[in-house]
Amino acid sequence: MRDLLAARSQMAMSLAFHIIFAVVGIGMPLLMVVAEWQWRRRGDRVFLELAQRWAKGTAILFAVGAVSGTVLSFELGLLWPGFMTQAGAIIGMPFSLEGFAFFTEAIFLGIYFYGWDRISPRAHLAAGVVVAVSGALSGIFVVIANAWMNAPTGFDLVNGRPVNVDPIAAMLNPAAFPETLHMTLAAYAATSFAVAGIHALRLLREPGNGFHRRALRVALWAGAPAALLLPLSGDLNARHVAQWQSVKLAAMEGQFKTERGAPLRIGGWPDEMAGETRYALGIPRGLSLLAFHDPSAEVRGLEAFPRENWPPVAPVHLGFQIMVGLGSFMALVAAWALALMARGRDLVGHRWLLRALVAAAPMGFICVEAGWVVTEVGRQPWVIQGVLRTADAVTPMPGLVVPFVTFTLLYCVLGVIVAWLLYQQVLRSPTSAGAAMPASTRYGEVG
Amino acid sequence: MTALFTLPDVLAGLILVALNGYVLLAGADFGGGVWDLLASGPRRADQRAVIAEAIGPIWEANHVWLILVIVLLFTCFPPAFAMLATTLHIPLTLMLIGIVLRGSAFTFRAHHGPDSTMPLRWGRVFAITSALSPVFLGVCLGALASGAIPQAGKTGFYAGFIAPWLTPFCFGVGVLTLTLFAFLAAVYLTVEARELALQEDFRRRALGAAIAVFVAAGGTLALALPGAPLVGRGLSASTRALPLHVATGVAAVSAIGALWVRRYRVARVAAAAQVSLILWGWARAQYPYVVPPAFTIAEAAAPALTLTLILWALAAGALVLFPSLAYLFRVFKRQPKAGSPS
Repeated sequence: MRDLLAARSQMAMSLAFHIIFAVVGIGMPLLMVVAEWQWRRRGDRVFLELAQRWAKGTAILFAVGAVSGTVLSFELGLLWPGFMTQAGAIIGMPFSLEGFAFFTEAIFLGIYFYGWDRISPRAHLAAGVVVAVSGALSGIFVVIANAWMNAPTGFDLVNGRPVNVDPIAAMLNPAAFPETLHMTLAAYAATSFAVAGIHALRLLREPGNGFHRRALRVALWAGAPAALLLPLSGDLNARHVAQWQSVKLAAMEGQFKTERGAPLRIGGWPDEMAGETRYALGIPRGLSLLAFHDPSAEVRGLEAFPRENWPPVAPVHLGFQIMVGLGSFMALVAAWALALMARGRDLVGHRWLLRALVAAAPMGFICVEAGWVVTEVGRQPWVIQGVLRTADAVTPMPGLVVPFVTFTLLYCVLGVIVAWLLYQQVLRSPTSAGAAMPASTRYGEVG
Repeated sequence: MTALFTLPDVLAGLILVALNGYVLLAGADFGGGVWDLLASGPRRADQRAVIAEAIGPIWEANHVWLILVIVLLFTCFPPAFAMLATTLHIPLTLMLIGIVLRGSAFTFRAHHGPDSTMPLRWGRVFAITSALSPVFLGVCLGALASGAIPQAGKTGFYAGFIAPWLTPFCFGVGVLTLTLFAFLAAVYLTVEARELALQEDFRRRALGAAIAVFVAAGGTLALALPGAPLVGRGLSASTRALPLHVATGVAAVSAIGALWVRRYRVARVAAAAQVSLILWGWARAQYPYVVPPAFTIAEAAAPALTLTLILWALAAGALVLFPSLAYLFRVFKRQPKAGSPS
């Protein structure tokens, strides 16, 4: 394996692993806080059980997210020292702000997990709110840094070196708003749909279980609106990409030829050699309409760009198709569930809705992974769009396949253990013994 | 020393403050893992329980100091970060694997399933990786101090990526780091433990660790003269460094004396001062270099606007961070009122 490919694979694998925990770190605190708030408001102890279980799940996932995020911050330099030399002074600002947001999240998570009987109810709920807000903020800051890689602003390039550096202008890059909005909504939708799906599965077997009923409602109220909004924020992103990264848009759509009134392709397999996308279902003028809101707008195809500036077309197109396809399904299910809930219907009677929710459970996370493939692979061969090539940023360290394989194995093992622990600790139906366990036994002591 | 510190100097100093925070707080969490590994005697399980209780609510927050150090380093001194991360790829990766396994294993142990043997196994992983990570952290700091980081003129895998850190001096610093972390943890745990017998256990461990620190520090200093001439000279010969040495010595003697007479809170302050002074002594000896001899602080510094903005961000961040940290430690580190369940 070539070192550049190994470095890219290690970065991709580290991001793909960490993003799951990062998304959960944004989404779960919201669910946890809503459940605790419901308990305080209604005095319904089932909501307390729910909040504590979700907190426990968050504790496990947050710890793994914290350490895998640390690995990423080092990997920026371990794998891409050329990138950090150029970019550090320009986009270090959002990373520094993220540092503080993450600090706040870690501090108040500690207070939340271990503080059930140490602080007042009001302070405890407030700690949960701080966790939810700072978790969302840390995600936003990191995505701003990524957005800058897609739309680099805030410096002038003189003789290949950045001068006149303006970190504020870099943070306000044009990709920042669409990307952060889309990712934050995605975090709420992915987490909530995963939770909703798990409880829907339980309700198919035990329709009368009040624990799962309440869990499903909280998850849907938190996640369904986000799932409905995601196609809109996605549209914002697509139009931004069309304007700023037209080669990425061409790869996303499998658009090889430059044409007016370009069709929207559904499915299909882009063949880079032949220069065409086969087996796709084309909606006439659809792409021009969506990307530029004009059915006869000209869409630049891959042929308009030098071959060495093409991203790998097939994974980008496939990733985009998966994200849009599964995301659309989630939006439909969300609309269905919200329509029923708004009319005060009992969701558990609608067994097909429950089945659809079970099917949708993993989709949010698949969409997140696919979306990051589109963003990151679609930016290749650049690490900073149009400024620095990935190949010029990689470390001179040889044998990079070794750390790649090592971290892959490490993360596989951790993933299996986390899944098993979540099943043991969070997902099983509560038993009467479990419900009677006081909070101090559950959270106050360790091991 | 110049009369005025420049803006890059101030940022370098603040990075050192963050590293100081990491060493005093997360360092003690690593040290707790060492005492989990070395738990012995009739109160072995109780010792582990005290350690887990002390670390549990705070280790994740303590860990963020490291992220702050890294982020500030690559923002304020980008070429220095790139050079360190390139040359020290291997020891940094080993440290990271340790950090990942330690944090995960600690959490897995805290949330184990009904299988009763799993917590013990996770405890083992937590304890062993707690002992290994500080060694590699120290190895990296040692390589930095020894002036072996620059890549210029080095060809080949061994010369470029192994030789800079595979030296007796670097591993001397690694062992010193480990003993310092273990010392800090044992001293803190004398305050955390509420039973007299457990306090005595950790007092004996703290005194033992103090001797280990003394031996490791002496050995490292001896190795520093040939292994890290720049820092070695700065530490030993320079009369300007003398006040720092005297202060470090006073703190060390105070820590041991306070442990001896069982004034644990005094010992805690003295031990923290001792470890901090060692860190600042190293920085003082290395000044004005951030990566000796390749980059001085001024040479590696990011543009002034970046540094100014980061300074403002740090000021704003500190306004959020320090009250939050104070709250965290007040909630979990105060003595419980009589009669209330712990």
